[in-house]
Amino acid sequence: MKIIIFVLLSTLMPAVVVADWETNMPRGVTPTSIAAYDLHMLIFYITVVIGILVFGVMLYSIIHHRKSKGYQAATFHESTKVEIIWTVIPFLILIGMAIPATKTLIMMEDTRNSEITLKVTGYQWMWKYEYLEDDIAFFSKIDKDSNKARRLNSSIDVNKVEHYLRNVDNPVVLPTNTKIRILLTASDVLHAWWVPELGGKKDAIPGYINEMWIDIKEPGIYRGQCAELCGKDHAFMPIVVKAVPKSEYHKWVSIQKDNRIATKEN
Amino acid sequence: MSANLEHAEHHQPSGIMRWITTTNHKDIGTLYLFFSLLMFFIGGLMALVIRAELFEPGLQLVVPGFFNQMTTMHALIMIFGAVMPAFVGLANWQVPLMIGAPDMALPRLNNWSFWILPFAFTMMISTLFFEGGGPAAGWTLYPPLSLQGGNSMPFVIFSIHLLGLSSILGAINIIATILNMRAPGMTLMKMPMFVWTWLITAFLLIAAMPVLAGAITMLLTDRFFGTSFFTASGGGDPVLFQHIFWFFGHPEVYILILPAFGIISTILPTFSRKPLFGYDSMVYATASIALLSFIVWAHHMFTVGMPLAGELFFMFATMLIAVPTGVKVFNWVATMWRGSMTFETPMLFSIAFIVLFTIGGLSGLMLAIVPADFQYHDTYFVVAHFHYVLVPGAIFAIIAAVYYWLPKWTGKMYDEFLGKIHFWLTTIFVNVTFFPMHFVGLAGMPRRIPDYAVQFTDFNAIASVGAFGFGFAQVLFLYILYKALKDDVTVGEKAWDGAQGLEWTLSSPPPYHSFETPPKVE
Repeated sequence: MKIIIFVLLSTLMPAVVVADWETNMPRGVTPTSIAAYDLHMLIFYITVVIGILVFGVMLYSIIHHRKSKGYQAATFHESTKVEIIWTVIPFLILIGMAIPATKTLIMMEDTRNSEITLKVTGYQWMWKYEYLEDDIAFFSKIDKDSNKARRLNSSIDVNKVEHYLRNVDNPVVLPTNTKIRILLTASDVLHAWWVPELGGKKDAIPGYINEMWIDIKEPGIYRGQCAELCGKDHAFMPIVVKAVPKSEYHKWVSIQKDNRIATKEN
Repeated sequence: MSANLEHAEHHQPSGIMRWITTTNHKDIGTLYLFFSLLMFFIGGLMALVIRAELFEPGLQLVVPGFFNQMTTMHALIMIFGAVMPAFVGLANWQVPLMIGAPDMALPRLNNWSFWILPFAFTMMISTLFFEGGGPAAGWTLYPPLSLQGGNSMPFVIFSIHLLGLSSILGAINIIATILNMRAPGMTLMKMPMFVWTWLITAFLLIAAMPVLAGAITMLLTDRFFGTSFFTASGGGDPVLFQHIFWFFGHPEVYILILPAFGIISTILPTFSRKPLFGYDSMVYATASIALLSFIVWAHHMFTVGMPLAGELFFMFATMLIAVPTGVKVFNWVATMWRGSMTFETPMLFSIAFIVLFTIGGLSGLMLAIVPADFQYHDTYFVVAHFHYVLVPGAIFAIIAAVYYWLPKWTGKMYDEFLGKIHFWLTTIFVNVTFFPMHFVGLAGMPRRIPDYAVQFTDFNAIASVGAFGFGFAQVLFLYILYKALKDDVTVGEKAWDGAQGLEWTLSSPPPYHSFETPPKVE
């Protein structure tokens, strides 16, 4: 049924190129994102089973216990035993969910023993990144092409803009296989820093310093965006993380430092 | 009875003054319901502006600032203007009829609590025409963003104060009526479920609304009187607002759904021709949900950086709500089980309620799991979740209630065939609208954005088509109501053969003043 609807609707689709029809959370490339994904799938399957059981009983009843088939109504209307059963069983299922959830949460909130620290500050509407150990700092905002195309009636086909709304002028460069502590704050209003493939989000709040950690296992470019309403350009403050092997990262750091010295001397 | 009717009409002004000065629970119920219907369409039009802009990526229709005003106002209008007044309207009509009371306990207060609403909403909606526009920080009004708003802010806050006042007065009235005016013999544990759920909801309202009033008053003084409750640079705390807001906000969620539970518990037994299964446990489950709703607020803000212990506590407490909610769903299924069912429009909406509300409940359980919520939070997955519990939840229950009691209120029957068409269109389009939102949310689309990356295009287009279909299906609902009132298909006392309760002992429509001598309940 649903497939038929989808097929019918897809003829109305504005985009000629059908994108990848992504329907699920990305598994991601960090221990935290993988743990969140596994937990998500576990709970999802449990809820699917519960749904099938409950709706199955309902459907059976709807098909068989109808007046048009001459079915006579029973008169039962209470049973303490049954009530206790369907209070206790869900409770046990919940305990079964809570145990892995608690374990994962403890792992996620443990920011100790990190190797480098990245401080992220949210501004309306850009991000500032500071590498605390290496004294590197820069702003990162939406790239020029997306920024032009996103104007009201810009007459630019956004499907032709590369990584529309998901591209920045200065990406964050981070090393792989390194426990990275991320400190989050904001200078004006609330923001939230979120790259789905690197794990969950945390709010950036003025007056607070929140922390989270990531450990990227695969080199690559990961894209995300602000996830807390921060005013009119909330949709236009993307995040791009470029994860590179450690050696390459060290090279990048030294180039940044040289550049800084060069600008100072000039 | 007819002598009473004449007697009443002698003192009753006619025309518009009848409605302005009325203290009759039936008139006020009607006013509430019509007002709610109007707000439902205004809020719905705003939703269509949102969905039209999101039909494809790029900005085609509105600027981001106006888009944010639409999302904010859509939520405020639907919550405070459509769903809550509809439930109060149903309570006004039904509570006295169901408990055998002649009217509400405090009739003049009742008049006032309704007539506050049109003024409050006129003020709130008028801010859209201000220079700088209406509120744009989301209905949650989180500072510091809400403090950046234009001149609309004090007007919106004042109108929310008025809405809170109206709700609290309404709640006081409902509690006073239920506790003092039940017919002889109707003990608390013999009350219809709709009355029970409203009694509990009324207590939630009295506990929660003043907290909201406090929070928004602090916003007001932060903005205009130099305080810094929520401003970090002045030593304040932006997160404090979120705690206070959600201490109101979570009970509010149950204010929007508990009366719906009562409606479903009334309609299902009628069309299953079998008493409600587990009445006592339904009452206890409703009360447990209400109590738990006060200790789960921070699950709306898992990403603000709470300590681990706080996150664990709110996760466990939230998961616990699944138990009484599950009990309710199981009891409904057991009510249908081995009944002798027929599928008139109210029953169809009720069955769809159970299925779709349960889907929303199950995604709620997923959202309770903190590590996964770090991914779900503030995405379209959340939008899908709360629309599943509010649209096919609260709104379906309200529509079901209108179909169910319309014959009682007016003495006229709606067109069953058109009612069924309305049901199927509404149910199909509600899923076409909100189901794809789960997918884009999981794939990484944040909520409250006017424009999105191109990989989210297809599901957004489907959702927009669904939203317009849903909107047009509600125009059919208007026509059905109009047709029912115009045509002369009259019904007797008992519109439904399986219906139970005192309201069905009265004529249809009931006399203007009913139960002047209280009925006896064994």
